[in-house]
Amino acid sequence: MLLRPKHLLGIESLTADQILFYLDQSKPFQEFQRHPLKKLATLRGKTVAVAFFESSTRTRISFTTAASRLGADTMALQAESSSLKKGESLIDTVRTLEAMRPDGIVIRHSSSGAPEFVAERLEIPVMNAGDGTHEHPTQALLDALTIRDRKGKLEGWNVTILGDILHSRVARSNIYLLSKFGARITLCGPGMWVPAELETLAPNVRRVSRIEEGLDGADVIIVLRVQSERLHEPGLPAAEYILRYQLTNERLRLARPDALVLHPGPMIRGLEIDPAVADGPQCAVLEQVTNGLAVRMALLYHLIGGAPADAPHPAKE
Amino acid sequence: MRVVEKRQLLSAKEIDRTLQRLAHEIVEKSGGTKDLALIGVRRRGVPLSERLAKTILAFSQVQVPVGILDITLYRDDLSTVGPQPVVHSTNIDFSVDGQDLVLVDDVLYTGRTMRAAMNGLFDLGRPRRIRLCVLIDRGHRELPIEATFVGRTVETSDTEIVEVRLQEIDEEERVMLVDRVS
Repeated sequence: MLLRPKHLLGIESLTADQILFYLDQSKPFQEFQRHPLKKLATLRGKTVAVAFFESSTRTRISFTTAASRLGADTMALQAESSSLKKGESLIDTVRTLEAMRPDGIVIRHSSSGAPEFVAERLEIPVMNAGDGTHEHPTQALLDALTIRDRKGKLEGWNVTILGDILHSRVARSNIYLLSKFGARITLCGPGMWVPAELETLAPNVRRVSRIEEGLDGADVIIVLRVQSERLHEPGLPAAEYILRYQLTNERLRLARPDALVLHPGPMIRGLEIDPAVADGPQCAVLEQVTNGLAVRMALLYHLIGGAPADAPHPAKE
Repeated sequence: MRVVEKRQLLSAKEIDRTLQRLAHEIVEKSGGTKDLALIGVRRRGVPLSERLAKTILAFSQVQVPVGILDITLYRDDLSTVGPQPVVHSTNIDFSVDGQDLVLVDDVLYTGRTMRAAMNGLFDLGRPRRIRLCVLIDRGHRELPIEATFVGRTVETSDTEIVEVRLQEIDEEERVMLVDRVS
């Protein structure tokens, strides 16, 4: 199996070695973020299409900055698509993209499977920036990098994911990734957001409904954003979510003393997370953002640019 | 690609003597060690720069700062190499602004590596001066690049390769001239 697959569609199909390769390759790019001059010519002349069919500021800016710092040009396509026109509008857009001949495409779409759909139809590498409720591979990679840096290793942690797991592609990608490294995963949230099927995603995954139980012994806590639409569904007003699931300092004390708190962002202070925790020493959200840039640069470097696999190698080196 | 060893260019002892001489030359031609810093170009420039710094410390009692530079991201041949080469860390934990830098590498050949190294250094700041120290200059320059400090100049043909083998990386210590055989 290729150490470096052509696309980055998800974590599920990656091996632990492939994941470690990308994490290790992110390190030089972490250092790069501290350079006074953050502009390389490595991908000069390459164009990266950044096609976001779902609104996002942070991830889009992160990918665009990553491409730009590598010296590539970006094509920004932002379109909010109605979920009713799923298949059709995607085909049309794919054809338009093809005509503009980018060297790679980063795609976020509200339909699970959209990046794979695109990868099957284009010759160029495809990077998944989040598809429906399916996967968000770069988020899981940057979370893993943050865990490894802060806690010294990636293997064998007790990881608690807190919140709306059902609708979270971040949760799924993290479950796939961390379980490949022997994590014991606890999914904790309101019953209707933590259905039984989630336990089948990977080995060593369990569900609990009480936060006290969920945090007991946790080394890493991933706090998920509560999507405001969900709070209007019957059964869980905001006040009750806060009462039962908000991560406060008091609750954080139930976890291991050096537990790491991660959040994919954007945080809603006072809802899923107490501002005191968000601003506290155990919370690594700002490092996550910096690491996100490094991870995306490493991925763009390896996936885009360079000759095709059958190009002749030069004799030197 | 098959290679055949043609002859030894430097023995372990000769490498050591050459480095000793280069260390003295660097300090002499810099008028001392003020603002002096060595930058080892990955891979083999790194142990060479460390050895030079150690020698300089021994005779001048000054610990000249040593940095490590990886030039992968600055190469000019990335679109022809095939899958992207693995990137390694650059580790220069001091400011290069105003510094008198000496880039250290094992072999100077086309000069493209040094061009890339200079690009890398300029991303970090504005050195006062950059000079180059190499163990072997094998000619065949493709860019206007010169080394101030040269261990040995060797005439080579296009098919030949100069292999510097250092204990820290290759677990043996000598410089070989090898030839490509088709």
